[in-house]
Amino acid sequence: MLDCTPREITQRSGGLINPAKTCQPIGAMYASLGIHGCLPHSHGSQGCCAYHRAHLTRHFREPVMASSSSFTEGASVFGGASNMKTAIANVFHIYNPDVMAIHTTCLSETIGDDVATIVKTADIPEGKVVIHANTPSYQGSHITGFSNMTRAMVHYLAESSEGKKKNQINIIPGFVNPGDMREIKRIAGLMGAPSIMFPDTSGVMDAPITGHFSMYPQGGTTVKQLKDTGNSSLTLALGSYASADAAYLLEKKCRVPSLVLRTPIGIKATDEFLMAMRQHCMQEVPYELELERGQLVDIMTDTHYHYHGKKAAIFGDPDIVMALTEFVLSLGMKPVHVLTGTPDSTIGGPQGSFEKEVKGMLQQADVQGQVKAGGDLFTLHQWIKNEAVDVLIGSSYGKYIARAEDIPLVRVGFPVLDRAVHSYLPIVGYKGAMRLLEMIDNALLDRIERDCADEDMELVM
Amino acid sequence: MINNKTLDEILGQYPVKVKKNRKKHIVIKEDYIGNQEIEANSRTIPGIITNRGCAYAGCKGVVLGPLKDVIHIVHGPVGCGYYAWLTRRNKAKSEDPSKNYLAYCFSTDMQESDIVFGGEKKLTRLIDEVVEIFHPAAVTISATCPVGLIGDDIGQVAKTAHAKYPDINFTAYSCEGYKGVSQSAGHHIANNGLMQYIIGQGEMEESPSPFTINIMGEYNIGGDGWEIKQMLEEIGYHIQTVMTGDGSYEELKNAHVSNLNLVQCHRSINYIADMLEIKYGTPWLKVNFIGINSTINSLRNMAVYFGDQGLMDRTERYIEKELQKTQASMEPYRKICEGKTAFCFVGGSRGHHYQGLYQELGIKTILAGYEFAHRDDYEGREIMGSIKLDADSQNIPNLTIEPDTKRYQVKIPPEKMEELKDQLPLNYYEGMIKSMQEGALVVDDLNHFETEELVRLLKPDVFSSGIKDKYAVQKMGIPSKQLHNYDYSGPYAGFRGALNFARDVAMSIASPTWSYIVPPWYSRPILEGIIEERMMEGA
Repeated sequence: MLDCTPREITQRSGGLINPAKTCQPIGAMYASLGIHGCLPHSHGSQGCCAYHRAHLTRHFREPVMASSSSFTEGASVFGGASNMKTAIANVFHIYNPDVMAIHTTCLSETIGDDVATIVKTADIPEGKVVIHANTPSYQGSHITGFSNMTRAMVHYLAESSEGKKKNQINIIPGFVNPGDMREIKRIAGLMGAPSIMFPDTSGVMDAPITGHFSMYPQGGTTVKQLKDTGNSSLTLALGSYASADAAYLLEKKCRVPSLVLRTPIGIKATDEFLMAMRQHCMQEVPYELELERGQLVDIMTDTHYHYHGKKAAIFGDPDIVMALTEFVLSLGMKPVHVLTGTPDSTIGGPQGSFEKEVKGMLQQADVQGQVKAGGDLFTLHQWIKNEAVDVLIGSSYGKYIARAEDIPLVRVGFPVLDRAVHSYLPIVGYKGAMRLLEMIDNALLDRIERDCADEDMELVM
Repeated sequence: MINNKTLDEILGQYPVKVKKNRKKHIVIKEDYIGNQEIEANSRTIPGIITNRGCAYAGCKGVVLGPLKDVIHIVHGPVGCGYYAWLTRRNKAKSEDPSKNYLAYCFSTDMQESDIVFGGEKKLTRLIDEVVEIFHPAAVTISATCPVGLIGDDIGQVAKTAHAKYPDINFTAYSCEGYKGVSQSAGHHIANNGLMQYIIGQGEMEESPSPFTINIMGEYNIGGDGWEIKQMLEEIGYHIQTVMTGDGSYEELKNAHVSNLNLVQCHRSINYIADMLEIKYGTPWLKVNFIGINSTINSLRNMAVYFGDQGLMDRTERYIEKELQKTQASMEPYRKICEGKTAFCFVGGSRGHHYQGLYQELGIKTILAGYEFAHRDDYEGREIMGSIKLDADSQNIPNLTIEPDTKRYQVKIPPEKMEELKDQLPLNYYEGMIKSMQEGALVVDDLNHFETEELVRLLKPDVFSSGIKDKYAVQKMGIPSKQLHNYDYSGPYAGFRGALNFARDVAMSIASPTWSYIVPPWYSRPILEGIIEERMMEGA
């Protein structure tokens, strides 16, 4: 497995070997699915749309409906306006969504299609909405695409229609699973904070089987809610890479103050999420959440000897990886290799500080480790060859490294293509932290029991 | 079954132009009509939710990607390389695992500055880096959409690289996603490149065995190629190369020495099959190793082609042995499947191939179609002369091939060849429609709207297609079997493969999970029994 990867690390600048990121449009497509009654539309050749639908479907095991402008060579030479106008007419006639959310591709960006103008001059049926985001694949990553489409929701729809801000908060969850979005909404509900989550793929990407197919399941943020985000008194952007830009635009456009927090994965980030809501809503944290927290800390203290001091390598999307790093540090583990494929900052996209923040966390915990934004899995593998770890935490792509180096993999993040149920069960909040802890702990214990001698087998651990 | 009126009602929901277009892509099989023409390999209308992909997917993803000892560089932004990395189940193993690159993805990850100032320098750097780290024997470079638009000359980069590293074979493929109308354009582009720059580059002059063959259009999905290879080797054939599943540059460059080429997936590889015939005089035989009867026919046809008694005897002994092993085991699965109906919509050959296997299980295929095939894959190669090339097809170069002055060899004397052509599908594919049953629907480029409508109307017991439409259909309570990737099972080829398929389809039908879709409170009243009692008390 991965037998061609040498231990010696050489400087490379020609591109990526085994990327830890993909391109913007898939993130934009996922964000669009978090609008109720929305059909995402890919403005490019139909291969992009096919790849994104297939990959999202593999992760969620759910239908992912999206249309394409189906560029041919002619459209690539003469511009895609005619294709897009045909697509808009056909989509509303045949598939009848409430919203069509168009994202671009490297093809339509390179030829310079002016999507905003095309949309303005297109024939859009009354009561229907078309929004668009520019998502050139040659900038940033899928997280940038998610961020840009979320920003487009604000750009096209948010309105500050009332003089006084309402006692409601906006929550931008970032590129997380529908199970996480549900959990964040549950927590906000327990905190007594009326909230609008956007985008919200719960009820869309985890819709139940009923014997009937519905192109537009019950979930998703409605257009009415998206408009109303301008009247909220606060936006909580969970994750600086996926969520901050939309929050900043909402602040600028509708004067809704914004607060950028970490994705609430792990005890510290969840604490901060609750503290922010507590302060804003002037509500004490209810016993139910305190109970969950107490249970989590109980488990952490009970089992600390299973994982304290164990070395971990973590890779994935920047917001998730930063929160995971913080969590494993709070367990006493040593995240010695931390890598994201998303670059630290992107032209026209999020200006992040992944490397700085993660290095800061490691320094504070006195852990010596390697940290990289814009990295690839070839590099991560080489790091591991040079300094072994006890556990690898990341997406399904990590399993090749895990097998090559014989280390357990805990599947977290996007995409998880080879296991089911992950998209339903949260990793956010205290309950989510319990689940993460169980996954990491079990991976380490299973490994001991697989490897130990007969006489060392223990019934109780 | 469906009639023209019902079909018209469904299509009537489309805008007029869309209806007019889609109508030509749909045929109801009627036995009394000679040839039923179907429109295929033409543009998908913008906005229609199609299953189709792009030329890059057909070139790098399908044809080139499975070559295991080759470094496949994808020149473009990261996505295209990323999505075609480990997602297609084209299995491969190598004696030297350090020469198997299939678990690796190489992308130039073009950035905005590369789009503005050109990406050739970055591509050259990546080539230098992979050569230094991996020492490959061959490197392919596949272009993605922006590459052609900004004018990067990947052919020149490949030439320069070859001058710098003369021991390494470099080929470049201009398979930008906007070329053609589907993956099909990419197959053609890949076929052209392999034929021009790899096949025939090897030094072998003689066939290693009188029964040397290439297996073409077989991508070893779920190990199908290994199953076929094992079967043919046991009978006594020597397999020079498989194009391209578990294939290698080292074997492929000597593909010219074979005495016969087998074509499994006609759509993706028929260009090379034709060109090999012209250049080296090697005929090709259309085979189908999906389903027991098709496998038996294909094995017998091969033996007839070579006309060797020993080979014929071994073929029959092999068939007998395998039938004995599989027939009884199939029975319990057949009982579950008997009388059921299926939709069978796959890429360019399986939409046809699996119909026979379904039939062996007692399942009737009531709708079939291809995602990206051409008219000849539906109607047979006899109509190829009447296909009018549109602008999209004309953009893909058709190579002019001449017989190789040294290596061209008549494999079968012309009069014998004519005789064989009467008996065997030599250099011929009959297409899908001829073998379909009266009243069945043939749909080219089946889209989401039609899938939803036709599933609702015809209520198949099994839907077989790909990942994108699988779950939409399963929401309707109908099991959906992925025939692109076999739902991570397989092999499905040959005798044992047929048994695997039978087991998997029967499992999908018999799974108790479907019975829980409707909650019990939908069928039972909430106040069962209680009302009557109280009424009696009241009375």
